[in-house]
Amino acid sequence: MTEAVRALVPISLTVNGDRVRRAVEPQTTLVELLRYQLGLTGTKQGCDKGDCGACTVLADGRPVLSCVMLAVDADGLTIETVESLAHGPTLDPLQEAFVEHGATQCGFCTPGMLMTAKALLRDTPTPTREEVKVALSGNLCRCTGYTKILDAVEAAARVPCRGDSKAP
Amino acid sequence: MTSVPPDPSWRIGRRAPNVHAYDAVTGRTRFTDDLSFPGMLHARLVRSPHAHARIVAIDAREALALPGVHAVITGRDMPVRYGIIPWTQDEYPLAVDKALFVGDPVACVAAVDEATAARAAALVRVTWEVLPHVLDPADALAPGAPQLHEETKHGNVTKSVQLSFGDVDAALAASDVVVEGEYFFGGSTHAAIEPHCAIGLWEPQGLLTVISCTQVAHYLHRELSRVLGLPHSRIRVIQPPIGGAFGGKSEPLDLEFCVAKLAMLTGRPVKLLYTREEVFYAHRGRHPMQMRFRVGATKDGRLTGCDAKTLIDGGAYASFGLVTTYYSGQLVTAPLRLAAYRLDSTRVYTNKPACGPKRGHGSVQPRFAFEVTVDRLAEQLRIDPIDLRRRNVLEAGERTINEFLIKSIGFRECLDRVEAASGWKEKFGKLPFGRGVGVAGSFYISGTNYPIYPNPMPQSAVQIKVDRSGRVTVFSGASEMGQGVDSMLAMVACEELGVELESVRVVSGDTDLTPVDLGGYSSRTTMMAGNACLYAARDIAARIREIVAREWGCPPKQVVLAGGFATDREDTSRRLEIGEAFQLAEGKIGTLGAVGHYNTPKDVHGEYRGGTIGASPAYSFTAHVAEVVVDPDTGMVNVESIWVAHDAGKPLNPMIVEGQMEGSAYMGFAEAILEEHIFHDDGLHRGPSLLEYRLPTSLDTPELRSLLVHTADPEGPYGAKEAGEGPLHPSIPAIANAIHDAVGVRIDSLPFSAAKILRAMRGPRGTAPPGR
Repeated sequence: MTEAVRALVPISLTVNGDRVRRAVEPQTTLVELLRYQLGLTGTKQGCDKGDCGACTVLADGRPVLSCVMLAVDADGLTIETVESLAHGPTLDPLQEAFVEHGATQCGFCTPGMLMTAKALLRDTPTPTREEVKVALSGNLCRCTGYTKILDAVEAAARVPCRGDSKAP
Repeated sequence: MTSVPPDPSWRIGRRAPNVHAYDAVTGRTRFTDDLSFPGMLHARLVRSPHAHARIVAIDAREALALPGVHAVITGRDMPVRYGIIPWTQDEYPLAVDKALFVGDPVACVAAVDEATAARAAALVRVTWEVLPHVLDPADALAPGAPQLHEETKHGNVTKSVQLSFGDVDAALAASDVVVEGEYFFGGSTHAAIEPHCAIGLWEPQGLLTVISCTQVAHYLHRELSRVLGLPHSRIRVIQPPIGGAFGGKSEPLDLEFCVAKLAMLTGRPVKLLYTREEVFYAHRGRHPMQMRFRVGATKDGRLTGCDAKTLIDGGAYASFGLVTTYYSGQLVTAPLRLAAYRLDSTRVYTNKPACGPKRGHGSVQPRFAFEVTVDRLAEQLRIDPIDLRRRNVLEAGERTINEFLIKSIGFRECLDRVEAASGWKEKFGKLPFGRGVGVAGSFYISGTNYPIYPNPMPQSAVQIKVDRSGRVTVFSGASEMGQGVDSMLAMVACEELGVELESVRVVSGDTDLTPVDLGGYSSRTTMMAGNACLYAARDIAARIREIVAREWGCPPKQVVLAGGFATDREDTSRRLEIGEAFQLAEGKIGTLGAVGHYNTPKDVHGEYRGGTIGASPAYSFTAHVAEVVVDPDTGMVNVESIWVAHDAGKPLNPMIVEGQMEGSAYMGFAEAILEEHIFHDDGLHRGPSLLEYRLPTSLDTPELRSLLVHTADPEGPYGAKEAGEGPLHPSIPAIANAIHDAVGVRIDSLPFSAAKILRAMRGPRGTAPPGR
């Protein structure tokens, strides 16, 4: 790779509510920016080619695979990672449901699962089990057989005022 | 037992969240690749592009000249053979003379970042002398086949086992029906979502630390010492939380030696993270097996004899293969009673990534063959396949034909539960053409009775520290990899010491901080670490109760530690908060701590050679019913539901046990229908990615229904047995048998692809039965 290709590109984006300015190599992926430059290691990297979904984050509210999105393409976007899911010290109902229903085993797919599920519940507050399956079909889990993950998302959907407001 | 029944919500056996769940859902779990250290270098392996080739020369000058490159090592830097089984140590961290499969590592580069390391790795010039290679195990046995390991005495044979129990020939000759089947189980791999990662740290006073996502910190510790020539006392192995393993991280691997050596050479921290493709080549997954099974029965459905012959494709190195070879025969002798049994298993080297232990090590393949053969027997005998199994179930206290002692068995209830829950009686043989149900059963070990290297020391040990604050800390060498071992230990400590779950901290997976545990393999942890924790907790609890009893002037047995209090069971109004009880005890007898250890009973197996392999303190039992829909036009199978009944003894945390059952059933389903670990003729993997290998998504996976069957095992902690591997076994044969019920064809090779089913349905023997 020539040095010219490696010239740094300035980008500016919002990550978990914080304004972030960085100069990145053009080939840097969003997951690399998050994990290795911003220290947000909650987002996981399982395949680095868009197969497993462990790196899922929300970009302007939509789930994206941060391993196949270049950091330069995140310029100007609002990125949400698993670290932003809780509301201060209060967990999101999705997080609570994952804990209560045994939806985490090794926990490696969990952040990506949660972010995909978060986007689903924002768009579809009371999804059917089939809709949950479809939404999560890009996030691979090797431990659970998905059963308890689906149960958890359905349970979180039953919680009123699903954490997007501070209302009781 | 007591006039103060503690609140059941506090007791062992309740559903409780995994103690690491809050870290997982907030992204705070620190897996190995989430760790970094100042000045850390990144390493990349240089791998062989040939399936079999001699290394003529390695020239690293160009790589070393690249700015940012700090070191390049080759096999000559660590020319010491290692291997998880002491008798078959046949690999080097980096190949020294020959590469034995496409992907065999020959050199390793450390550089300032991953990209530079990758560029440098491509600049390492290896001169190869390409040798003929062999991929098929039958070819590898043929005269004149390329020999992988020149030092082996028996050509390409890793291990060959012949054992016979009773007179099989006579038993089969006297049978009313004998069914013979040939089965092929293609290999499969673990595909944990976390790729392997290791970090080496070197301190100038001569202390090496290796941080690795290993399931076997203790064995890694030993092998690092051997290969690097460092005393054990100068090596620390830290195992952070693991992002799934399933057996794929259960032996020392190239990356751990490389980061250690490179850290020692450069004086800087060195990290190596496999790419996903490299995970497929590291493999150590399920062995392909070619199996011939003959099973006989009497007219009234009593099994007579079983004759099994198995050829095992081992890949390039021995790995756990010696044990695999035994397991492929030793673990089909329950839950059904066999009057005579013969096994003949041979594991062969081929020029492919080494196979090893994957969830249900060595016994998932023969279980498929055996359970399908039993289904055929039932068909010929016109006996319902659940009933046929019921007529042959071993009893508690009985020994299997190969002399393993079964102390507890809930298999009959497993059959009853799946029969009822699935609606079997209304479905089997009665569903419309294209839809069917199938049943299968299995058993599995709760830990191996003997360690991998012979030694008289405990297999597992736990230390407990009880703090005046009311906190209990459990130090355990057991390997948490998502299966819930830390939660299990915390719950055991809670039960014995009467504290809240939140008051227990488990410190695990660090050879400097924790007592030894042999690792997270063979479903040993609840049995072994659980018992070790139980003994330690009971020791310290007894001392605390004694102090409280002395204070109250009552016998110690009158003091109950439960529900956050020390309570007088005769006068429940007299009680102390548990923290006060701890303080009272600390004031009287000093700092509170205890140790506990577990070793296995030795009277559970036969004395013949090989009788120790497959021996276990306890066995779990499982039955599955699968319901499938087969599209007769395309051959596509949709597995709609799997009912899983599992005898895990007493489930210490039903939610976690169910998670193991569901994950197991899912993984078996995946192997049955989707996954293929296969190679091109030149030894290149056909699809080394999660997409091409074809991991099931949430849409592919059947509805999985867990049914817990309780038994009280006399050896397990509180009666508990394993749950992590046993429930995988019946998935595959249950699906195969359901396909037969649906469309009348037997698919005897994995995976059960649409093409195979369609071919079978259109073939002369696959004509669909009329009237369905």
